[in-house]
Amino acid sequence: MIDDPKKGMTLIVKTITRLTVGLILLFGIYIVSHGHISPGGGFAGGVIVALSFIHIMLAFGKETTFKKVKESVASFFESIGAIIFITLAMLGIGGGYFFFNFLAKGEPFRLFSSGLIPLYNMAISLKVGAGLFIIFVTLILFRVSKKGEEE
Amino acid sequence: MSVYFLCLVLFSIGLYCILRKRNLIKIIIGIMITEYAVNLFFILTGYRMHGRAPIHSEDQAILNMVDPLPQALVLTAIVIGLAVTALIAAIAIRVYEKYGTFDITKIKRLKG
Amino acid sequence: MLHNLLPLFVAVPLAAAFLNALIGKRIKGFPDWLSGIATFFLAGLSIYSVVLFKATGPIMYKVGGWMPPIGITMVMDGLALLMLVTVNIIAFLVSIYSIDYMERYTQKWNFYCLFLLMVAGMNGVIISGDMFNLYVFLEIAAISSYALVAFGTEHEELEASFKYAVMGTLASSFILLGIVFLYSITSTLNMADMSRELAGKSSSNIVLLISVLFLTGFGLKSALVPFHAWLPDAHPSAPAPISAMLSGVLIKSLGVYAIIRIFFSVLGSSPQVLSILMGIGTVSIVVGGCLALGQWDFKRLLAYSSISQIGYVVLGIGLGTPLGILGGVFHLLNHSAFKSLLFLNSGAVEYSTGTRDLKKMGGLKERMPVTANTSLVASMSISGIPPFNGFWSKLIIIVACIQAGHFMYAFWAVLASILTLAYFMKVQRYGFFGELKKGLAHVKEVPFFMKLSMTILAIICFLGGLLLIPGISGDLLGVARDAVLTGQDYAGIVFGAIK
Repeated sequence: MIDDPKKGMTLIVKTITRLTVGLILLFGIYIVSHGHISPGGGFAGGVIVALSFIHIMLAFGKETTFKKVKESVASFFESIGAIIFITLAMLGIGGGYFFFNFLAKGEPFRLFSSGLIPLYNMAISLKVGAGLFIIFVTLILFRVSKKGEEE
Repeated sequence: MSVYFLCLVLFSIGLYCILRKRNLIKIIIGIMITEYAVNLFFILTGYRMHGRAPIHSEDQAILNMVDPLPQALVLTAIVIGLAVTALIAAIAIRVYEKYGTFDITKIKRLKG
Repeated sequence: MLHNLLPLFVAVPLAAAFLNALIGKRIKGFPDWLSGIATFFLAGLSIYSVVLFKATGPIMYKVGGWMPPIGITMVMDGLALLMLVTVNIIAFLVSIYSIDYMERYTQKWNFYCLFLLMVAGMNGVIISGDMFNLYVFLEIAAISSYALVAFGTEHEELEASFKYAVMGTLASSFILLGIVFLYSITSTLNMADMSRELAGKSSSNIVLLISVLFLTGFGLKSALVPFHAWLPDAHPSAPAPISAMLSGVLIKSLGVYAIIRIFFSVLGSSPQVLSILMGIGTVSIVVGGCLALGQWDFKRLLAYSSISQIGYVVLGIGLGTPLGILGGVFHLLNHSAFKSLLFLNSGAVEYSTGTRDLKKMGGLKERMPVTANTSLVASMSISGIPPFNGFWSKLIIIVACIQAGHFMYAFWAVLASILTLAYFMKVQRYGFFGELKKGLAHVKEVPFFMKLSMTILAIICFLGGLLLIPGISGDLLGVARDAVLTGQDYAGIVFGAIK
């Protein structure tokens, strides 16, 4: 990430951000994928994933962030997450009931177990992560220009 | 018993903010305090004496856990509170753009 | 296999809303057609489920295959059937109307996305069998409606939406507090199970607290009189199809239906609760009627009239007798039809002339014949003139009041009916009849889809009285009345119908 001294925060913040933001994203993905074994799951992991992108925006300013992830890409992922969730739920009707868990449920406490629940967690994390990022971008980018003043 | 009473005090503080403050942003903060007070009260009703956290792990026996159902429901209620707060904050920003003030005694075009 | 149709009421509008958000931004005409097809499918499904209900009786659907009370359930009994038919048919007609009306606003895909989310939320409230699911779907519908009221982002719309949002969120907090207390004394969330447990215990202090909390919360959602202050600001400021949805179905599905479900099926209807409902209903009728007389804004007058008519429904239901409940639910169905038609008419008038002020309108009957005739049908229907449908339901409510011995309530109901006739004659005289004002010589009739949906609603208003014929009335109205009257035997019906 380019270090433009006029935009964003100071050099110390930018260096620490460069070191830790990848780890934050990885931690968020860990919480999402282990949602059926340990506490967490879709919503909490999705919030942490969104926080990693917001962290870049706070430290580096909005132009750098929009080079990394555009707003239209985030909006696309939000809708895809919701559509995957509804599709998985409706596929259960083929097995007999809405939301039916039709994949194989392995032994407890393994990573690849409990059927459809990890897939639901991933769909929810896509939606929540992209959604929170878009909420933040919308609330920050709306600048009130009163009587011709520019920010 | 005293923790339930403190939750009621928190709820009343939030209610006071909604009713008596004149700034739009303070009203939004009052809404947030009210919602968090109700969520806190919900979790506290799930406590069982000498219970441990309701996480199922391989090596510990299942006995004496606190009630896990309120915790799952409060997770949903927190998400709902977040969505409402985001929406009301966006509306408040646009109100500021149109009216030029955050004071509710001056935002009074609709009457009758 | 056929009982799998029940979750489609929630899944189809959700899927359509998110497909709209994904594809509707890029393709121009896509949101209109997708939303029209989705709501048409839902309307057809709800009429088909009337036939299904006659064959099989109440349906209880286990989501995910888990048995209640561990799993969550979706229940369709007689009252839910009536509400589903109302909500989905009105949603289809409003969706067609907005194809032409929303051309004036930007971002039409956004409107349809929020509209379908609101329909999904309302359907979810009606068929949910658990207390907390009811709360979640109520919030989905309410948050979508806060955003839809502010859709045009003008001064008044934003102010009205902020006021509505703050009051609505406070009401939801009270409802959640009521659910907390209810969970702590029954330790289950399934409504049928709760009613079984509460029928065993006697009425104690905490049930009284729960009743007060729920009456406050759901009373604000359905705009009963001490809690009505948000309605005259929110309903006029919304775009006209959304005003029709809000006033026509949202305050009934979120407010009155939830009150009936909680107070009759779960908590048990004691005589004090019924008399409070009757008192609040009568005060709403009179206050709404008096305040509507002085209004010169067309839509604000219709909003106050909504408060008055919902008072009729609550009065009918508060009576507790079979005839009273029949009148109450029939008036619920009728009010959706004619109030939506009136709001769609006001939208058509605003589309053509650009104003909502009655003093500036006049003599529109020559220039806009379809709008004027349908609004005449709706006005006669709401005032209670035979043979339109409003006459039958108001007659049943007043006769039921007299039969139960409450003469004062019947007197106020008749008086307010005369007030209703008075202010709708004011609307007709100032708006449609009379001299054509000079500035209005250029107005034309509204486009095709708006005319189509208004005409279909007028036909429903005209033929609504046919629902009382003894052969047909048992299917739709009779099952609703029986479902309300079973009261705390709700558990027996639901657990006996497990599929």
